[in-house]
Amino acid sequence: MLKLPRLTPRQESQPVLPALLGVLRRDLLANFRRRQELFNPLIFFVMVVALFPLGVSPEVEFLRQSGAGILWVAALLSTLLSLDHLFRHDFDEGVLEQMLLQPQPLYLMVLVKVFSHWLVTGLPLVLMTPVLGVMLHLDGNSIGYLCLTLLVGTPVLSFIGAIGAALTLGLRSAGILLSLLIIPLYIPVLIFGTGTVTAVAAGLPVGSYIALLGALLVVAITCAPFATAAALRISVSNS
Amino acid sequence: MWQFFHKLGSPKWFYGIASRFMPWLLGSSLLLMVAGMVWGLAFAPPDYLQGNSYRIIFIHVPTAFLAQSAYVMMAVAGIVTLVWRMKLADVFVKAVAPVGAVLTFLALFTGAVWGKPTWGTWWIWDARLTSMLILLFLYCGVIALGNAIADEKSSARAVAVLVLVGVVNIPIIKYSVEWWNTLHQPATFKLTEKPSMPPEMWVPLLVMVLALYLFFGWIACLRMQNEILYRERRSSWVKAIMGTGNARASAKVTD
Amino acid sequence: MPVPLLQASGLSCERDDRLLFVDLELAVAPGDLLQIEGPNGSGKTTLLRMLAGLHTGFEGEIRWCGEPLARQREHFLRNLLYIGHRPGIKPLLTPLENLRAQLSGKPGVGDEQLESALDAVALFPFIHVPCHHLSAGQQRRVALAALYLSDEPLWILDEAFTAIDKDGVASLERLLHKRMSAGGAVILTTHHPLHVDGARSLSLARFAPAAEDLF
Repeated sequence: MLKLPRLTPRQESQPVLPALLGVLRRDLLANFRRRQELFNPLIFFVMVVALFPLGVSPEVEFLRQSGAGILWVAALLSTLLSLDHLFRHDFDEGVLEQMLLQPQPLYLMVLVKVFSHWLVTGLPLVLMTPVLGVMLHLDGNSIGYLCLTLLVGTPVLSFIGAIGAALTLGLRSAGILLSLLIIPLYIPVLIFGTGTVTAVAAGLPVGSYIALLGALLVVAITCAPFATAAALRISVSNS
Repeated sequence: MWQFFHKLGSPKWFYGIASRFMPWLLGSSLLLMVAGMVWGLAFAPPDYLQGNSYRIIFIHVPTAFLAQSAYVMMAVAGIVTLVWRMKLADVFVKAVAPVGAVLTFLALFTGAVWGKPTWGTWWIWDARLTSMLILLFLYCGVIALGNAIADEKSSARAVAVLVLVGVVNIPIIKYSVEWWNTLHQPATFKLTEKPSMPPEMWVPLLVMVLALYLFFGWIACLRMQNEILYRERRSSWVKAIMGTGNARASAKVTD
Repeated sequence: MPVPLLQASGLSCERDDRLLFVDLELAVAPGDLLQIEGPNGSGKTTLLRMLAGLHTGFEGEIRWCGEPLARQREHFLRNLLYIGHRPGIKPLLTPLENLRAQLSGKPGVGDEQLESALDAVALFPFIHVPCHHLSAGQQRRVALAALYLSDEPLWILDEAFTAIDKDGVASLERLLHKRMSAGGAVILTTHHPLHVDGARSLSLARFAPAAEDLF
């Protein structure tokens, strides 16, 4: 038996970093244990991309022109699909309740959770893009910029999407509702992402466009976790 | 101060006040609307470029204008919901969201009708039309989320968060869509940057905007009253108004 | 009576158009054990969630160490251990990993302590087995292991004994008793008869709304 310590309400604050690392490690570990599921959004991504040559036209000229848009839309849909899992398991298992009751700021916890979600869903999409880019006959320069925009853009998708995932937590038909709430908010990211690649193809300077995407990322990281944290409290309160 | 807020947030108090104002709102808006319509459609001069087809702006512009400001009003109410937990603010959001969606749809529809004689096509992926389409999506999201959450308080706060996120995004969306538009199609049709409108055109337009605002106020009050009656259906004052149940029954007046 | 740690007054709660309880009063001081009683659906879980600050849609006031809870939230959370209806265990992780993740924000808790806590709930042979291979009672015990490492003065335990066998209940009761004499406060719900000296109980039936309030 352990000895119980003397009990007086404690005043000192508790360390934040170990708690955040604990969240990160738990999430990555849980994702690693169900790693076969992690391939699903990736396979979905490839399949959606394959639909375009089949459904619209396999002509090299068409694919080269719309390749960036196709890849961006597919990445967006794939992210949307994976978002449903972001908080759902934690919510069902009661882990989310415990997270809300940690004395450490919920904002940071959410930040870490979304980051770990991006590591296992967004990053693989970026890594997969060069292969698909070649299949869509994009030239090397465009593929490079496309990967860059996706690298900056997919975390924005994850952070904005987390708000929707938190708002629809525990609701019936959450999946379709989540898409409904989030797709309008994704439009600027999509526009700047594909626009950058279009500008590259047209030979325009793109530094400022990438800076705009970067600005979106900064805004998403600083603001979205606040809204997500508020939404999580509401959803847990309602459960 | 707090007392005043509390009173302002009281659904019962609002119900009474609204009943007093509504006839005035409706009357003045109808009067202005008829005046604006007749003036705009019959007396304002035809446009030197578009002839008479431009006259649809007397409907298109006010609806588009109001559709956007209704979302901003909802966002203000959303802040009130989150900060002061005022019930009435949420009633406003729930009542106004469908109205805003309809206005946005009307703006899009009249835009399309206007587009046919002007551009020769019903729809064009013009920056303004596209932004309005996205605004319609945002309204749909708000309505869908509000309907999906059964619990009144949770629904109020969740919708408030969504509306606020949306309102932060609206300028970003607008900017990005404008940028996208210039990237994809060099500006060929720029009807909006004509030399300034003559007063014979913009005065009736202003009258119509004002009329629609008043009409919006009326319909918002009406819908809020409905929502209040539904929410407070178990309280004694509603039972007394509706003449249902036995008014003596309830000891719980959720005021 | 010492200053209450947690005090609730005038609590009313309405869920899905139904009033669960009105004007509920309760207080726990150091050394108290309060058992909330009531039939299924009487609002026990909701009450505990309200007290923990998870459920916010209610009227009334909750005070922590004499101050409104909302203003003392961080301090309150640092001194609270809550185990809910859903135990907060990830089925894909082992008991050790689960406990480690849950307590990662607490300084000075190493693997050695985690293992001895899991030993105290008779899970030592299973510390490296993923939780979804364990029984419901064993999963519950993983969550309860946190109690053995807790120095938080307030415990809120929802359905603490569900799916726990006789020996487990007995050792938990010993723990609760020890806890009380060390000056800890406990609020819990359970459908088991509780054998702890000095335990108080509070029946939610006392605060049920009068029939005419229902409709």
